[in-house]
Amino acid sequence: MADVAPRTRAIIEGKTRPAMPAYIKLRHDAGRGRWLILAPERIFEPDDTAVEVLKLCDGQRTVADIANVLAKEYNAPKEEILADIIAMLQDLADKGVVKA
Amino acid sequence: MNENAPTHVKNVPVTLDAGELRTEAKQVDEAADVACARAPIGLLAELTHRCPLQCPYCSNPVELERANTELATEDWQRVMRQAAELGILQIHLSGGEPTARRDLVDIVKTASECGLYTNLITAAVLLKREQLVALKEAGLDHVQISIQDVDTAAENADRIAGYKGGSEKKKIVAGWVRELDMPLTINAPIHRHNIHNVEAIINYAVELGAGRVEIAHVQYYAWALKNRASLMPTREQFMTSAKIVEKAREKLKGVIVIDMVVPDYYAKFPKPCMGGWGRGIINVTPSGRVLPCHAAESIKGLEFDSVRDKPLGEIWLYGSAFQKYRGTEWMKEPCRSCPRREIDYGGCRCQAFALTGDAANTDPACSLSPLHEQWAKVADVESHETPPEFVYRRPGGASAKPAATKAPAPTDA
Repeated sequence: MADVAPRTRAIIEGKTRPAMPAYIKLRHDAGRGRWLILAPERIFEPDDTAVEVLKLCDGQRTVADIANVLAKEYNAPKEEILADIIAMLQDLADKGVVKA
Repeated sequence: MNENAPTHVKNVPVTLDAGELRTEAKQVDEAADVACARAPIGLLAELTHRCPLQCPYCSNPVELERANTELATEDWQRVMRQAAELGILQIHLSGGEPTARRDLVDIVKTASECGLYTNLITAAVLLKREQLVALKEAGLDHVQISIQDVDTAAENADRIAGYKGGSEKKKIVAGWVRELDMPLTINAPIHRHNIHNVEAIINYAVELGAGRVEIAHVQYYAWALKNRASLMPTREQFMTSAKIVEKAREKLKGVIVIDMVVPDYYAKFPKPCMGGWGRGIINVTPSGRVLPCHAAESIKGLEFDSVRDKPLGEIWLYGSAFQKYRGTEWMKEPCRSCPRREIDYGGCRCQAFALTGDAANTDPACSLSPLHEQWAKVADVESHETPPEFVYRRPGGASAKPAATKAPAPTDA
């Protein structure tokens, strides 16, 4: 039950294994040519980076793993990417879009 | 609303109720505006106006539609398919009480198969556990349960809803929702009979396991307008409740999302009603009439098409009621040249009609309306007087003597 409404705030760290609950739906909206996150009575529009990260949030990979994947893919410094996606995932966790 | 600036993610406004103030509307960029102008993102499906509760602030029209005029199962299933084709993303199954329809599971199943995100907006008192299980299996994504007060004030809650035992039953159903691992929102309409309990209501929502709570100050249309003198809190009470919400948001960050809807009598600017007329939300009544907002039938002279006669997309794009106040071309001064015209769209058309006789006038909620001062004073006066008895929401109840007899301005036609 804790995944729907955690009674304490989830803090995102490098070792966290984030995942989207089943009722959060990342969907490509062909008609509008954009990605959307469908959530209870809310819709969010993620940018390209957020879409890349969310696709990797499978509950298995850690945030550090995700940063590694993206660092290789974009040939960018890992530390910078890690800091950026921790901030992003914390924001998404506070919105109830990802669970830790 | 008062969230920190989002990182890599932007809110898209999903305004549901005519009354809701969702400031996210400001954050939508031009590209999204163009897209949303072509297709609504949300459909409010009023499956029935039947409801066991009799809340005096009900958002249904005062003239309730009768059971024998309701759409058939296959009509609603066709509406769901047409909605998905049109580009609608979320379906809000509402009423009345949507679980009063025996075919709710069939409707949810079709909506879900079409890829629509399904949201059940329920009073919960009719729900049986096996029905909830069936709804989940049919693909229901989310449940919103309304409450009238906290469980420790059950007597007050039941008095407000006009339904004995309601508060207790809602708590039980909320428990089932969580047992079934479904996401839960608690919706709490706020007014002078429960505003003292806002903090307790937020804590109760946390206790019930909700991921989200709506502190929804009553919006004064339809039944709520009839009961305005009974329901309107004082400005001081409202300000106190707003501070409580601010504090709770900080304290409960990451635990529960708190949305607040403010009464526009105490707001600085009018709300962007429905996020703009015919812009993001479409409403279908129990009998199949298609409205730009669920109160739109209160505007005399508008003609509404039915899903019995025309496809949803055609009505959305070309229906005369949708065309009438879509965009900004219809505006008169002071809206027409106002820098906020695409932020609040001149406020609420229904309120403008009810108070000025012309829906194209500026909503008196706006400080630029010549009627604004007189209108705002109503809240101040009424909220300090002894509240009259409720006019409970029930078929035919509209003919009862309105509670707001001391209103200085004519309030409804």
